Amino acid sequence: MVSAPMSVNLNDVVVKRRGKTVLGPLMLDLGAAGFTIVLGPNGAGKTTLLKVLHGVERVSSGSVEWSIPAAEARQAQAYVFQSPIMLRRSVRQNLAYPLQLLGQNKAEIAKHVDAWAERIGLQHRLDLPAPRLSGGERQKLALGRALIRKPHVLFLDEPCANLDGRSTREIESLLQGAKDAGTRIIMTTHDLGQARRLADDVLFLLNGAVHEQAPAPTFFGNPRRPETRAFLEGDIVE
Amino acid sequence: MNEIWAGLQAAFRLIVTLDPDLVEITARSLQVSLSALVIASALALPFGTWLAIRRFRYRRAAIATLNALMGLPPVVVGLIVYLLLSRSGPFGVMGLLFTPTAMIVAQVIIITPLIASITHQAMRELWAEYHDLLISLNTTNRQRIKTLIWDGRRSLMTATLAGFGRAIGEVGAIMIVGGNIDHATRVLTTAIALETGKGDFALALGLGFVLISLALLVNIAIHVLSRTERDGRW
Repeated sequence: MVSAPMSVNLNDVVVKRRGKTVLGPLMLDLGAAGFTIVLGPNGAGKTTLLKVLHGVERVSSGSVEWSIPAAEARQAQAYVFQSPIMLRRSVRQNLAYPLQLLGQNKAEIAKHVDAWAERIGLQHRLDLPAPRLSGGERQKLALGRALIRKPHVLFLDEPCANLDGRSTREIESLLQGAKDAGTRIIMTTHDLGQARRLADDVLFLLNGAVHEQAPAPTFFGNPRRPETRAFLEGDIVE
Repeated sequence: MNEIWAGLQAAFRLIVTLDPDLVEITARSLQVSLSALVIASALALPFGTWLAIRRFRYRRAAIATLNALMGLPPVVVGLIVYLLLSRSGPFGVMGLLFTPTAMIVAQVIIITPLIASITHQAMRELWAEYHDLLISLNTTNRQRIKTLIWDGRRSLMTATLAGFGRAIGEVGAIMIVGGNIDHATRVLTTAIALETGKGDFALALGLGFVLISLALLVNIAIHVLSRTERDGRW
């Protein structure tokens, strides 16, 4: 179990695909606590940044340095995808899966699964095949499956895209609870309202580069750059 | 037409009277083919899955070779196994030639590429679906293979059934390495070949119907036991 706080530095990180730069060069420090929202238009590099931080996207140059050893850092992270990936198993088995990977015993796993099923409101659907859940339920299950490992850092890639208001509210409430419990959250979204509700600080990406980084009140109340202002006003920014 | 009718009658008579020779031959057919299936599946399912998730330099060549091996001529396999197990061969000292074990070895060689290739196809699709999640969860290769095999078990049933179908219907290789010895290595297919050679078409057809029924029964039994068609599953 990781006990030290987990901050991360990106040093001159560049990601290229087929010779084209999709991210960077990026110099970035992200602290060990709080809720960071990554904003930006389509193709700005938000998902790539999240994947680079999580270590599932290789960087073409530069380095990602966590404040703890890389292998330990990786174990202390979880990632929730925009389209939740459901294992072809029951809800119960989906929730249990990350704990099985950690080698926990059955009694311990069952206890955690029951507790988390209740927390995400799926306690009555535990024996249902997960792929048969609704979109909102699947995203809640994906979030529960990510949080059941008690990650220190949680990455979320537009977790509420295509969800109705009620599901979005439930997801946000779970995220708020995770943050209060000390989980560092880094999340991309297109929803400015959601960003205002959840963010402690905001990263605004444009064309693969960090265009503006500021605490949420400053970012939304007094943005420095004209592109940021235009984006917040709903203009098309390229 | 008369011969088919006579064959049906012979099959009916053999089954109803529980002809001891038929029971013995049928039991040996099942023993050899199911043993080969278990061994081949234990090798081919993890290998096919591993091939689906691993990227390495000669991967395409490995897949092409595996697909080509699906068409391995059984007679050639029989000949090679015969040479390996014959007294002058490298494994001659084990005395396995003309035993059911030799027949199992030949069948394993024939059906392993078939099961591995179908497994690879099925697991490639499942891996595309699970890739991001399993990478994100920092799983080891062993955990990935285990997860894919478990979650893809219904697709893998097709692979194992195809392997069983090929094994139970195989005659060339097991004739060479088994020798079709009465009360020792005779199985349904070699018995059919023998009766056809003797001109006893009715008995050969009778055995043929028993073979087809057996293959169907095993398929149905596996489907029922694994609940592939159960309502409400994904």
